Amino acid sequence: MAEPGRLRWNPALVAGTVVLGGTALTIFVASFVMGDAAERLSADIAHPVSGEHWLGTDYFGRDQLARALVGAEASLLMALAATAISMVIGVAAGAAVWTAPRRLREFSLRIVEITVSYPELLVAVVLAAILGAGRWQLVVAVAVANIPATARLTANLSGALYQRDFVTTARLTGVPRRAVISRHLLPNMAEPLLIQLAATFSTGLVAMSALSFVGLGVQTPDFDLGRLLADALPSIYSRPIEVVGPTLLILLLSVGAMLVGDGLAAAADPRVSRGKSTTRRSGRASGATGQAVVADLEVVRTDGVPLVRGVSFEIGRGEIVGLVGESGSGKSLTALSLARLLPDGLSATASDLRAGAVDLLGRPSRRELVDAVAMIYQDPGTTFNPALRMGAQLTEVLRVHKGLSKRAARAVIVDLLAKVHIPDPERLLAAHPYELSGGMRQRAMIAAALAAEPALLVADEPTTALDTTVAAGILRELARIRDETGTSILFISHDLGVVEELCDRVLVMKDGAIVEELTQEALRTGDVTSPYTRMLLDAVPRLAVRS
Amino acid sequence: MSQGDRERLPGACEGESLALSVEGLTVRFGRGAHAVTALADVSVTVPSGHTVGLVGESGSGKSTLAKAILGVAPVSAGRVLLDGAEEPQRTVNRRVRMIPQDPYSSLNPRRTIGQTLAEALDPVRAKVNRHREAIEAALTEVALPLDAVGRYPHEFSGGQRQRVAIARALITRPSVVIADEITSALDVSVQAEVLALLARLRHELSLTMLFISHNLAVVEQVSDEVVVLHHGHVVESGPVGEVFAAPAADHTRALLAAVPGPAKEAR
Repeated sequence: MAEPGRLRWNPALVAGTVVLGGTALTIFVASFVMGDAAERLSADIAHPVSGEHWLGTDYFGRDQLARALVGAEASLLMALAATAISMVIGVAAGAAVWTAPRRLREFSLRIVEITVSYPELLVAVVLAAILGAGRWQLVVAVAVANIPATARLTANLSGALYQRDFVTTARLTGVPRRAVISRHLLPNMAEPLLIQLAATFSTGLVAMSALSFVGLGVQTPDFDLGRLLADALPSIYSRPIEVVGPTLLILLLSVGAMLVGDGLAAAADPRVSRGKSTTRRSGRASGATGQAVVADLEVVRTDGVPLVRGVSFEIGRGEIVGLVGESGSGKSLTALSLARLLPDGLSATASDLRAGAVDLLGRPSRRELVDAVAMIYQDPGTTFNPALRMGAQLTEVLRVHKGLSKRAARAVIVDLLAKVHIPDPERLLAAHPYELSGGMRQRAMIAAALAAEPALLVADEPTTALDTTVAAGILRELARIRDETGTSILFISHDLGVVEELCDRVLVMKDGAIVEELTQEALRTGDVTSPYTRMLLDAVPRLAVRS
Repeated sequence: MSQGDRERLPGACEGESLALSVEGLTVRFGRGAHAVTALADVSVTVPSGHTVGLVGESGSGKSTLAKAILGVAPVSAGRVLLDGAEEPQRTVNRRVRMIPQDPYSSLNPRRTIGQTLAEALDPVRAKVNRHREAIEAALTEVALPLDAVGRYPHEFSGGQRQRVAIARALITRPSVVIADEITSALDVSVQAEVLALLARLRHELSLTMLFISHNLAVVEQVSDEVVVLHHGHVVESGPVGEVFAAPAADHTRALLAAVPGPAKEAR
C-alpha cells in the first residue's frame, strides 16, 4: 500500500486534468453566458457555419454551439449526480458488507457478484424503460446500474484490509462499525476509489448520452448531448455539422475523465516508471580462484542511492559462507546479483562475478546460469506454483535446461528427494504444494536446486519461516550436501545462532559493506573485533538453562 | 469453582489471584468430517503480575488460544475467567489487550501515532487533543519522542512501530496483556531492544502477560512460567527454569534440542 505523500504527476494525469477541467470550465461559463442563445428562436434558419454562428443554426434558428454547450452542461451535471449517487451507495454497501455478520456478508457478496455480471448499459436501459423518460429518471437509472461495480471493488478492497491487524485491533478495542469504515477502511483505499470515480463518470456520461439518443432519457424541450445527437440524426447527410458539437463534447469529457483515471492509476503505482535492472563490469578481474567469486560488487538504485558498496569475497569448493546482517544491510541484494535476479530499478557493477566456470558479468545463457547458481528462498509457501503438481515443477530445470526426458528427470529428482529425507518421493511428486508442510516444501526446494548440480547454492534465509525443529533438519541437510557433493553454499541469514552452527566462514554486512569476516571458531568463542558484530552477538537470545 | 479445582490447573500458584484463567478450552474449526480440533481441553492460568510464556510450533494452537480468549475463535467447550469470574466478551476485550505480531500491518498507515493511541483510549471519538497528556505519558513509557504524536507509521522503523503497538496495548492499563509473537517479525538487534523494553515495563507496571512465542530463548528471557502446546494439547507447564532444565515431555525436549547455538554462560 502506498504511503501518504504527494501526488506524483504524470503526462496522462496532466493531459486529463487540462482536457476535463478546460472543457468543464468552458461549458459552465458558456451556458451562463449563452443560455439565452440556445433557446431563442430566430429567423436564421439552418444557417451554415459563419462568424456569428460558429457551428451554424438549426431549423428553429437556434445557435448550434450554444445548444451543444448548454446541452453539455446538462449532461455533465447529470453524470456528476449519477457518479456521486453510485459511488456513495456502492462504497457504503461494499464497506458495510465486511462489517456485517458472516452469513449476511456471504449472502450480500453473492448478490453483488450476481449483479456485477449484468452489463451496466443493459441494466440502465431496462431501468430507464421502467422509470420512464426524464432527467432524474435517467440519473437514477445510470447511477443504479453503476452501483454493483463500485460495491464489488470496495468489498474486495475492504476484504483485504479487513484481514490486516490494525482493523482487527480496532474491532477488538470496541471501535464502532461506522468508525472502522471511516477511519480504517476508506482512507486506505482512496487511490483505487478515485480511479473508479473517474471511470464511473466517463462510462456514465456515455451511457446517459446513449439513452437520451435512443429516446429513453431527456425529452424535448429539455436537451442534453444525447438528445442533440438524436435531433441531428435525421439530417446527418444534408447537414453533418449538426452532430459535430455534441460529439466533440462527449469525446472531450469522456476521454478527459479516462485520462484522469489512468493518470491516477499510474500515480498510485510507483513501479511504472522503473527501468530494467542491469549488471556491468566495472574494472579488471582480480584473478581470484574460488568456486564463487564476488569482487567490488556495487548495487545502485536508479536515483543514485547506493545499496551495496564494494563487496568482495570468495567461496571455496565445499565451503559454506554465511552472510549476516539486518534488514536493509544489502545481503539479499548481494545474493540476487550472483543469481542475476536483481529487481527492476537497480543496477549492479563488479570487477569480477563468477560461479564455477561461468562469468556472470558476461551474457550467460540460461543453461550456463543453471550450471552456475541455484537459489533456495525464504518462504517455501510462495516458491511453488499452487496450481501445478510438484513433479512438473521440480523436474522443470532438468527437462527444459538440461534436455532430459520426463522419465529420466523424474528418476533424478526421486533420487534427490530420497537423499533429503523425504519418505515417499513418488507421492510428493504427485502432490500439489498446499498438501505439503513448510519443511517438506523446503526440502523439495533444496532437491530441485541440487538437480542442476550448480557450482554455487545460494540459500536466502531458508529457515526463517520454519519452526525450530524443522529448521534444524534443514540445516543438517545443507551440511550433508556440502560434505557429499562439494557444492559451495552462500548462506544468508539475520540469525547469528543459525549461522554459527552451519557456516565455515561468516561475513557480517552493515549498510551495504562487509564490516567483518569471521571464522566459525571466532564466532563461537565470541572473538570479534567490530562493535557491530558484538552488538549482533549480544542481541541473540540464548537459552541460559540447558537440560 | 472451588479452590481445590484451581490448584490443579497448570501454572497456578498458591495464594495469588489469577488475573486470567482458561479452563478446558476446546476450539474446533470446520464441521463434520472435516472438523479440525485446534485446541483440546486446554487449561492455562496467568497469576496477577506474572508472565506466562506459551510455546509451541506453528499449528500447535498458540495463536488460536489468544483468539479464543478475545472471542474471535469459535469456542466449543470451556470458559475464560478474569479474576476468577466469567465476564461478557465485551468486558473481556476491554480488560485484555493484545499486541499483534507484525508492526507493519498493525498500524493504520493513514493515521498518526497520536490518533492510533487516542483510539485505544476512546474508541468512539478518538480525539487526540482530549487525551494528549495520557498519550504523551504512554509514549514516554515506551521511550518514544513526544513529537511522534503527529507523525505517521511509515516514518518509524520496525522496532519503533512495535513500541507504538506496545504503548497502544498498555495505554488503558489492561488487566492482562497478550503478546502474540511480537518479536518474530523483527531483526535480532531490534528484538533485543523490544525485549529489554518489555522486561522493564514488566517490573515498572507489574504487568500480567501471556507471552506467545515459538522462540524458547525469548520466552525464557521474559517469562516466569511456561506452557508448552503441541497439536492443541498442553504437554507440559511449570516455572521456566524447571521446565527448561528438566523437561518432562518428549516434545519439550525436542523443542529445546532444536534451539541453535550453545548455551550462553549463566550470567
